[in-house]
Amino acid sequence: MFRGYLSMRAVALGRGPLVAAGFLCVLILATLVPRPAGARTIGYEEALGRLSDRSFRVKAAAIEAIATGGDERARSLLEGLLKGEVFYRKSDRRILYARKSQTGYRIRDASNGADLGEVGKREIKKVGLNNRLRRQLRGALAGMALNDPDPRVRRAAVREMMGDGKAAVRLRARLPLEQDEGVRADLGLAIALDDLHAATANTRLAAIATLGASLEPEVHNRLAAMAEADPDPAVTAAARAALFGIELRRTLNAWAETLFFGLSLGSVLVLAAIGLAITFGVMGVINMAHGELVMLGAYTTYLVQQAMPDAIGYSLLVAVPAAFVVSGLFGVAIERLVIRFLYGRPLETLLATFGISLMLQQLVRTTISAQNVAVENPAWMSGSLRINPALALTYNRLYIFLFAILVFLGLLLILKRTTLGLQVRAVSQNRAMARAMGIRSARVDMLTFGLGAGTAGVAGVALSQLTNVGPNMGQAYIIDSFMVVVFGGVGNLWGTFIGGLTLGIANKFMEPWAGAVLAKILVLIFIILFIQRRPRGLFPQRGRAVE
Amino acid sequence: MGVSRVLKGDRGGQLLLAVLALAAVLVPLLNLAVPASSPWHLSTYTVTLLGKYLTYALLAVAVDLVWGYLGILSLGHGAFFALGGYAMGMYLMRQIGERGVYGHPELPDFMVFLDWSELPWFWHGFDLFWFAALMALLAPGLLAFLFGYLAFRSRVTGVYFSIMTQALTYALMLAFFRNEMGFGGNNGLTDFKDILGFDLQGDGTRIGLFLASALALALAYLACRYLVQSRLGRVAVAIRDAESRTRSIGYRVEWAKLFVFTCSAMLAGLAGALYVPQVGIINPGEFSPLNSIELVIWVAIGGRATLYGAVVGAILVNYAKTTFTGVMPEAWLFALGGLFVLVTLFLPQGIAGLFARFRRSPPRPTEVGV
Repeated sequence: MFRGYLSMRAVALGRGPLVAAGFLCVLILATLVPRPAGARTIGYEEALGRLSDRSFRVKAAAIEAIATGGDERARSLLEGLLKGEVFYRKSDRRILYARKSQTGYRIRDASNGADLGEVGKREIKKVGLNNRLRRQLRGALAGMALNDPDPRVRRAAVREMMGDGKAAVRLRARLPLEQDEGVRADLGLAIALDDLHAATANTRLAAIATLGASLEPEVHNRLAAMAEADPDPAVTAAARAALFGIELRRTLNAWAETLFFGLSLGSVLVLAAIGLAITFGVMGVINMAHGELVMLGAYTTYLVQQAMPDAIGYSLLVAVPAAFVVSGLFGVAIERLVIRFLYGRPLETLLATFGISLMLQQLVRTTISAQNVAVENPAWMSGSLRINPALALTYNRLYIFLFAILVFLGLLLILKRTTLGLQVRAVSQNRAMARAMGIRSARVDMLTFGLGAGTAGVAGVALSQLTNVGPNMGQAYIIDSFMVVVFGGVGNLWGTFIGGLTLGIANKFMEPWAGAVLAKILVLIFIILFIQRRPRGLFPQRGRAVE
Repeated sequence: MGVSRVLKGDRGGQLLLAVLALAAVLVPLLNLAVPASSPWHLSTYTVTLLGKYLTYALLAVAVDLVWGYLGILSLGHGAFFALGGYAMGMYLMRQIGERGVYGHPELPDFMVFLDWSELPWFWHGFDLFWFAALMALLAPGLLAFLFGYLAFRSRVTGVYFSIMTQALTYALMLAFFRNEMGFGGNNGLTDFKDILGFDLQGDGTRIGLFLASALALALAYLACRYLVQSRLGRVAVAIRDAESRTRSIGYRVEWAKLFVFTCSAMLAGLAGALYVPQVGIINPGEFSPLNSIELVIWVAIGGRATLYGAVVGAILVNYAKTTFTGVMPEAWLFALGGLFVLVTLFLPQGIAGLFARFRRSPPRPTEVGV
């Protein structure tokens, strides 16, 4: 506290009898305030030379001078020292960076970076450190990071030092100088954490008030400790209250995260099922090969990435239309060759398409591989969006959720706003009448099936980013997809969308207390019972013949 | 009502029972009496294989009963089969006694491995054969009754029913994969030693199991035949062809369906109970939806609504599977998938229908409905 106060004073004064303010103040201020020429400090080169001294005290002074000197070479030198890469040449005591090579050591001048060739092991000697020096080096490096021009580096440094009592002084000194809002907030937090140790209860109370707004795990741990052990009852009460608030917000955030996971799983279900909602829901065709069409889409992604290994970032953009075309063409072929002859016999269609699904699986096994293939994630799909310390959303799930909405809206648009959509709906409602009005129903059937199959392929592209891509991946989705369509109500895209998201969320909310497998079983049982109550799903189609 | 009356006009059935009777005499003779060096000798491996086919055939008859005569395509009969198998497996597990790896007198190995201290309540009684046999029938029967009651009452029919049964067997598979269920989890039940005191590996026991399977198939066939010829059977066909009309006439459609469905599930359970001692293992894989669909194709290939067609289909497809997977495993899925497509497209009446057309005998019921 005392030192912190002093250093703040010192900053306020700008320049003056700084040296008296002590070792740390020098360290901080020297980098901030232009040093008056001729001060009692040594230059970088000189300090560098002293590193070869045998005395640790001399070395400590030299490191001190280098750290505070503001030279741009200082950082890599200090890091090199810590890593044990800094040596000196015995002949002329010149400081070097040295890396082990095959014959001996490859050396580089530490002052100007000039390559000095290779030397034998005997000719150089490492700059020796002890633990005190190492500590000093680490502190100096952190202090330098704290003054880095890049706010992200500063922020990372603050987080690194959070909860470290010794570093707190440095943080306090930085606070009044800091301009960046985010770094200021973190600084305030770190200082408040340190204030929890303060002798006066009022300071501790103020710190607790500041910390109550934070979700950092470190804050939670410290407050929990205080709520138990602080001598002042007012402080323990405040800590408990703050803790309660933090835990409440943590719970809310945990729910938000579960909701996000649920939406993510739901969007996967929607993607897998939405093509089925067209073939099964609109056309009434049970396509058991639907999962395999999804699989073909995922494999198309794989093949596209194989074809353009240098542009993985764009591969998905190419894969989406490619998968649509590949799966769509397979779908059209299936419709023309098999399903066409089985209209009106849904159970036979089920069996025939199941046979097709077996053949497609074996086709992939024979032509590509029986093992799973590795589909890469583009860089923009990885990483996560950090909302607060307790909640981070991964980008891949976020994008797939948005993608699912996009696909859904696209299909809705096709069915509601295009001529093809109009014809599809006409044929599904009354085939004979539609034909009488001049709609070529066979062609519409083919195109509809192709559309559903193509959508399955597009879903495969998205799934390839989340799960393993292998010959069996289709089977994993087929039952879930049917469940979603039946649950949502056959013949209704909205039903599939809402149904898929609902099931995804329900599944994820049950998982914490039931476990993943049991949650899935419970969802299945729920659907089985739900269908008994409402055989036509969440959003039944009205005006259909009873049987 | 004698056997002759039940089989009247059923040439396929008569032939089937004759072949079964012949097999019941010849197989033990060729296995036990003919020396191993003779080309006529039937290895115990083959006997077991044949016995396995017979249990599959029994399962196929159960499926044909609901699909062929009731028009209900169940994609969950594998679940009933597996439940029956598990009941028998539990009995066989309890018979191991102290001969397990851990040598616990009461707990099966996997429970010792999971650190369980006592037998879960649902394992009690399975040390008695009659209890296990009863459960092999009752467990699938009860499940089918409950499921059917809910589904038929709310008139879940056609494709919806098929998908629901598929979900049922899928859910059961996931459940049985869990160790906490107390059925051995992933590994299932295995390492059986003996049944009713007879060594399971012994030739005599294998023959006995084969004979039991043949007898069960013959009796089940007669029972099903009796059922479909009864009034109830004719109502079932009426339901298959025109459900609302049958309901309007005044038949209690739901109860008729429920009865036949439950009977079929119990037959499937019986098949499972005979299957497990012969193959020596039961695991959750038996619940996989793929299995249930596969057995539907046996019936489709053999010919629906004939009963004997189901037997022919089951044996033929499984024989082909054994041969194919042994010689060229790559091709099996192509062949099976192709069979699905070709049979549904070109052979809607299956092999039985082919025979019927070939011999120009009076056609079997051709309106097979959905």
